[in-house]
Amino acid sequence: MEIKDVLQKLSEARGVAGHENEAAELAASLFQPYVDKIKRDNLGNLVAYKKGALRSRRRPSIFLAAHLDEIGLIVTEVNENGFIRFSTIGGFDPRTLWGQAVMVHGRRDLPGVIGPKSPHLVSQEEAGKELRIEDMHIDVALSKEKAEELVRVGDTVSIHRDFMEMKNSACVTGKALDDRAGIACLIQTARQLQRMVHDFDVYFVGTVQEEVGTRGAITSTYSIMPDIGVAVDVCHGNMPGVTEEDSSELGKGPAISVGPNIHPVLGDKLKEVAKQHRISYDIEAEPGVTPTDARAIQVTREGVPCALVSIPVRYMHTSVEVIHTEDLNLAGQLLAYFIADINHEFLQEVKDYD
Amino acid sequence: MYLEELSPIPGVSGDEREVRKYIRECLPRKGVKVENDTMGNLLVQKRGKSSRKNAPHIMLAAHMDEVGFMISSIEKSGHLRFKKVGGLDDRVLVAKSVLVGKERVPGVIGSKAVHLQRKEERQKPYEVKNLFIDIGAKSKEDAEKLVKIGDYVSFKSSFTSVGEDCYMGKAFDDRVGCSILLELLKQKNMPSFTAAFTVQEEVGFRGARTAAYTLQPDIAIVLEGTAASDVPEAKDHEHATTLGCGPALTVMDQSVIADRELLTNLVNLAERENIPYQFRRFTGGFTDGGAIALAGEGTRTAVISVPCRYIHSPFSILQQSDYYHTLKLVQAFLENNSG
Amino acid sequence: MKELMKKITETYGPSGLENEIRKVIYEEIKDYVDEAYTDKLGNLVALRKGKAPHLMLAAHMDEIGLVVTHVDDNGFLRISNVGGVAFSQLVGQRFVFENGTVGTIYHEKIKSFKELEWSKLYMDIGAINKDDAIKRVNIGDVAVPHQPFLEQGQRLMSKAMDNRAGCAVLIELIKRLYGSKLPQEISFVFTIQEEVGLRGARSAAYALSPQYAIAVDVTRVGDMPEAPRMDVSLGKGPAIKVMDSSVISHPQVRQNLIEIASQNGIEYQLEVLERGGTDAGAIHISREGVPSGVVSIPCRYVHTPSEMIDSNDLDNTVNLMEKVCLSPTWN
Repeated sequence: MEIKDVLQKLSEARGVAGHENEAAELAASLFQPYVDKIKRDNLGNLVAYKKGALRSRRRPSIFLAAHLDEIGLIVTEVNENGFIRFSTIGGFDPRTLWGQAVMVHGRRDLPGVIGPKSPHLVSQEEAGKELRIEDMHIDVALSKEKAEELVRVGDTVSIHRDFMEMKNSACVTGKALDDRAGIACLIQTARQLQRMVHDFDVYFVGTVQEEVGTRGAITSTYSIMPDIGVAVDVCHGNMPGVTEEDSSELGKGPAISVGPNIHPVLGDKLKEVAKQHRISYDIEAEPGVTPTDARAIQVTREGVPCALVSIPVRYMHTSVEVIHTEDLNLAGQLLAYFIADINHEFLQEVKDYD
Repeated sequence: MYLEELSPIPGVSGDEREVRKYIRECLPRKGVKVENDTMGNLLVQKRGKSSRKNAPHIMLAAHMDEVGFMISSIEKSGHLRFKKVGGLDDRVLVAKSVLVGKERVPGVIGSKAVHLQRKEERQKPYEVKNLFIDIGAKSKEDAEKLVKIGDYVSFKSSFTSVGEDCYMGKAFDDRVGCSILLELLKQKNMPSFTAAFTVQEEVGFRGARTAAYTLQPDIAIVLEGTAASDVPEAKDHEHATTLGCGPALTVMDQSVIADRELLTNLVNLAERENIPYQFRRFTGGFTDGGAIALAGEGTRTAVISVPCRYIHSPFSILQQSDYYHTLKLVQAFLENNSG
Repeated sequence: MKELMKKITETYGPSGLENEIRKVIYEEIKDYVDEAYTDKLGNLVALRKGKAPHLMLAAHMDEIGLVVTHVDDNGFLRISNVGGVAFSQLVGQRFVFENGTVGTIYHEKIKSFKELEWSKLYMDIGAINKDDAIKRVNIGDVAVPHQPFLEQGQRLMSKAMDNRAGCAVLIELIKRLYGSKLPQEISFVFTIQEEVGLRGARSAAYALSPQYAIAVDVTRVGDMPEAPRMDVSLGKGPAIKVMDSSVISHPQVRQNLIEIASQNGIEYQLEVLERGGTDAGAIHISREGVPSGVVSIPCRYVHTPSEMIDSNDLDNTVNLMEKVCLSPTWN
């Protein structure tokens, strides 16, 4: 299956934070042909394990984390006319929800729309006002009785958007590319590793609940305690109105982060491997804790040296996220070459860094 | 007093290498066990004079990192854009001298000459996104010969004596804590304890998390340099701490509530030994205590700070007596709680 | 249960100074459990030993309060918050310290309440000057709201319903379960410092390493005039939490709770809390992760000195929790 098709399936799968089952099962089936063992842990993290080639009682391990969850909505009330009030799970710009198609996961899946007020009925004064979640509603076109039968407080709602390939370019658009693109990248890496020899054991982890506080990464890292961790997430893609220092150009490869959340030896090694294999990349300067699973991985137990590789995405946290598939391919390759390259000596170098 | 040499060393959160190196070199040759952990914390176990069997494991912590900046992009003109590492007020940045990257390339945070500014412009405070660092480069290519994106930047400030008995320099938060910790490690006839020189405190007490997990102490005392705002613009109750009134004991901050028993213990000790002390009259801010108190099954934690004016800016001021009284108090605490 | 509620809501115990409330709770439960001890940081842990899995129940003992940061020359005290204290319930209110000293809060000259900040507020304990003040109160002392427990009809009103109501549920539960054989090991943990960041629960969970956890706490309701939207009301039974800012209940745990409530004819509500957290937030990400849920007691005016709950809701929360503890579904 081409990576574009893998990404399409992943993008269209549902997996709002805390309710990642569908996305997790799909990801599991996609990892299956390339790994030795697959399981789900206490909080639902997907752990796909591929054994390393080093003959040793204790093989070193590397943990690659991409998050399975996407931002979504949650029902807070079914009102007297069958309309649904909601709140958010994860960060949303309320202005991007007005007119958005959604799927309410009640007793069965119900398509609906976050109904905007028709422009004809909007007064001059209202037109300039801030849009707030509490003033919005989801319309599933059901009567109060029927709605109450099928929908309850606490049901999740996912954003509905069909995946789309753009013309004359390798760009694609869809919802949840944050971070299904990361998952697709890990699958790509797993595929590549089939044809490579690597000393390290590899854990491909689809973490849960990253969008609400990197919660899955906290517990999955704690269980596995790898020697090295790499988070694979998305970063901001270039677009008008955003400065160069805050974004990465699409189609120029993945971004490798540097900063206090990143182990300097790992950051340098990733750059070295990229240069060696002519994989173009961008450097992302992160002056503090990164808003990704790397933040949790680094400080688990006695600490895990970690790095962060990101795929540039435009319009993050909207249903029309855009990525360049070549960036995804390159990120997958970079990680595969990196894993094939590292060995005990390298691990020692990481540990000896002073 | 190690502070004189520690203060000028560049060591922004994530780039504590040089500070760590200096501290390592100052450690006593015998009677200590030294290890690094993967985040870069320096953990030093001091074997002291024999103490009773079930003496509590005491951890003293001070952080090596300081607030600073990181290069985020390079303009075509050769000017460098930067982001803040740790908490800094944007208004303190302009017209300061800095050192960039591993090679410590000198630079300045420049601003438009006042002659060229319109009235409205002059009234608005500077924001970091509008500032830049000038290293004297002619172009982007020229700049890239010396620096790169991701390079850390620290203030360039020397350490001097000021007034009658005060010191002025950068990063007193928390090189003052590191200095006190080094002095305690060098002293002979001390009880056993563990010293943790932590990293990345300023970006969310990150290093302390792994250090505390590894050590799992019974009691922890965090040594800090904390805000003293005993200046004309602040009202009495807004001073937080006052220079010359001795070590400041934290009651609570946003990351930890000091263990009450430890706090009472410290107060009694200070009174018994005639060491002046004060309370930190402020509940804002966070320290390594936040991470240490909650590691593993939990640790009883207290925070003792040397009052410093103007922390998180290029020049802080502290009073010598406060430094020595803090050292004395911690020493008394160690002797009192282990034998 | 009303006498118990009166006793424990009126006991002093702000975050970081839970000694008194811990003593009171300890006396209530010590004869009804296999073991009760205070852990490293001060959580009170009561155990009913048994076989795996280990179910941890948590209710926090601490309440919000005001800490003294400065005593001025005229005997006025400057204060800051311990936990989430809103300005709107301070001015003119009475607060009491551990030693019984009572003070009232007022503010410096302001044009409107929008200008209120901690640095403009102060407490007056009626001292004549600084020396007089420090005889009674000092920097670091903490005061809690000075309000008695009241029963009016089926509604109960008091300060610290958050979360003495949860503690009362666990205490009553411990007593009811005494003598019954339990399908698995259960720990009842009265945690400290929840109000300042779920701190006690974090280390308690790490030490106990449970397989499942359920926190019992209060939650907001939306049944007051023009209230911020919230589909939980007083008098409609305990609320089973779906999500708040600190935790998304494990779907299986939530499902178990719903089934147990339904099977036993206990009316329940479903809760989505947009802003707010509970001990489950710290427990569920402990070690390798702990599937967790929360059962909430609906409460009006949370974090004010007059929090109000319904006594039937309180009883039904105990009923639900009793069935939860006796249920073999945790295997």
